[in-house]
Amino acid sequence: MNNISFTRAENIEGAIKKANNKQGKVKFIGGGTNLLDLMKYRVENPDHLIDINELKLSKIESTEVGGLLLGATVTNADTAYHEEVEQRYPLLSKAMLAAASTQLRNMATNGGNLLQRTRCYYFYDTSTPCNKREPGSGCSALEGFNRIHAILGESEHCIASHPSDMAVALAALDATVKVTGEEEGHRSIPILEFHRLPGDTPHIETNLKDGELITGIELPKKGFPEHYAYIKVRDRPSYAFALVSVAAALELDGEEITDIRIALGGVAHKPWRKPEVEKEYYGKKASRENFEALAEKLIEGATGYGDNDFKIPLAKKTIVRALTEAIEK
Amino acid sequence: MEVPKHPETIPLELNINGETVELDISAWTTLLDALREHLQLTGTKKGCDHGQCGACTVLVNGKHINSCFTLAAMQTNKEITTIEGLANGENLHPVQDAFIEHDAFQCGYCTPGQICATVGLLNMKKGNTPEEIRDLMSGNICRCGAYANIYKVVEEMKEKGTEGTTSI
Ligand SMILES: Cc1cc2nc3c(=O)[nH]c(=O)nc-3n(C[C@H](O)[C@H](O)[C@H](O)COP(=O)(O)OP(=O)(O)OC[C@H]3O[C@@H](n4cnc5c(N)ncnc54)[C@H](O)[C@@H]3O)c2cc1C
Ligand code: SF4
Ligand code: FES
Ligand code: FES
Repeated sequence: MNNISFTRAENIEGAIKKANNKQGKVKFIGGGTNLLDLMKYRVENPDHLIDINELKLSKIESTEVGGLLLGATVTNADTAYHEEVEQRYPLLSKAMLAAASTQLRNMATNGGNLLQRTRCYYFYDTSTPCNKREPGSGCSALEGFNRIHAILGESEHCIASHPSDMAVALAALDATVKVTGEEEGHRSIPILEFHRLPGDTPHIETNLKDGELITGIELPKKGFPEHYAYIKVRDRPSYAFALVSVAAALELDGEEITDIRIALGGVAHKPWRKPEVEKEYYGKKASRENFEALAEKLIEGATGYGDNDFKIPLAKKTIVRALTEAIEK
Repeated sequence: MEVPKHPETIPLELNINGETVELDISAWTTLLDALREHLQLTGTKKGCDHGQCGACTVLVNGKHINSCFTLAAMQTNKEITTIEGLANGENLHPVQDAFIEHDAFQCGYCTPGQICATVGLLNMKKGNTPEEIRDLMSGNICRCGAYANIYKVVEEMKEKGTEGTTSI
């Protein structure tokens, strides 16, 4: 790791003030499970770390509109096992428990999880070109080994996929990311607008501004506790990232769909969701034929790069399986 | 506002196995390196240094974490328990006894981590079915493949209602 200095932030004002500093590269550290990993590989090279774990962001509390606010520094384990999350948002709990290991979940924070970076091998390997790590250097994955890479929303500059399971469930649930910064004060960013597609700036991954701090994640009232599924397809049944994952949530009136949400992980630079396509299925029957047609539409335009071609049929099948599991619940 | 310069070392106070220790180390020292290189607590192992093997598992406030993925400086106000802190004098912790009884190791390299992970699971009151145990213990890789006996230990500890170190 490079030489760093370290401080523990005692209050939010102090933390964002320090982060807004323009004279050196300052980073917040939550659980450290992604940042320290990347620092050890010299992919991230901050000058200064601000430990945010003592900030008062470590609670899960009800919101005035009947939702739940997940503090940014609450660990992934404490969030997934929280009674209200388990009961009212079981989709989120399930997705979070499908991620990483018990140890890592005991460390990883909700804010850090959203900002974890891609697992693209070339991004990690500083001896290879990578537009995300070094803008303008090229993308080694395009013609390289790209089994874990994106099939949707990618660009000629970057085909990386987003690795988070939590973010996929949050996308299905229409969560909102709460942030605060010195320049713009408090802001709320809908989860679907939080992460960005790579375009020609793959190094800019979210719409969080420099120095902004995530303070929490707000879940709306509706949690789909009755009909939901999170299916994660991966190379081993635990402790592996998703090749494809599907978060499905439905509301039914008899056999009729009254609300339907499908978010995909492992297939794009951000959790993949198409609310406009979902809406076409409101009022329709929750049948296999409809699920298949919907799956087809959700991944319309998908492109394989060789090693990841299998993700196209896999994603379709996993969508159908997840929706089927969700209605059988 | 100016970024503080990189000081060579910073003074830290850690609470490890019930004792307060003082250290003067670089800010970027991981908890794992602080334990092994500065405190000679070499029971905690370094396997991958990247969160992928679990050999470095220790307990912080009763929960198990990978000590390779946290800075010592981040753990100053916590209670850290390493494999060295589980026994009570000459009396091994029940999980340690069970690892011996069930022959749950071969080379032993992953064992301190496996034991701390088992104690952590007991503290968290999780792992209530054999499948759940396998899933929740997946953060500890055993290169020798002693898994069958390791899972026997965890299952037995759960059946007996063995206490970890603390309830959290
Ligand atoms: C072996 C391994 C397997 C894994 N498997 C999975 C998996 O299957 N699924 C999955 O989803 N994840 C997986 N992970 C990733 C893990 O979930 C993330 O590393 C973790 O969620 C990151 O959270 P953190 O708090 O440790 O982040 P940190 O490492 O502390 O921070 C990550 C980034 O976020 C920034 N940051 C942190 N908190 C804030 C905040 N509040 N405001 C602004 N910026 C902030 C930091 O500056 C840094 O840039 C795995 C990790 C490892 C090592
Ligand atoms: S896919 Fe993106 S992260 Fe991977 S090498 Fe290409 S530019 Fe880098
Ligand atoms: S050394 Fe920490 S997980 Fe391998
Ligand atoms: S006993 Fe050898 S690695 Fe587990």
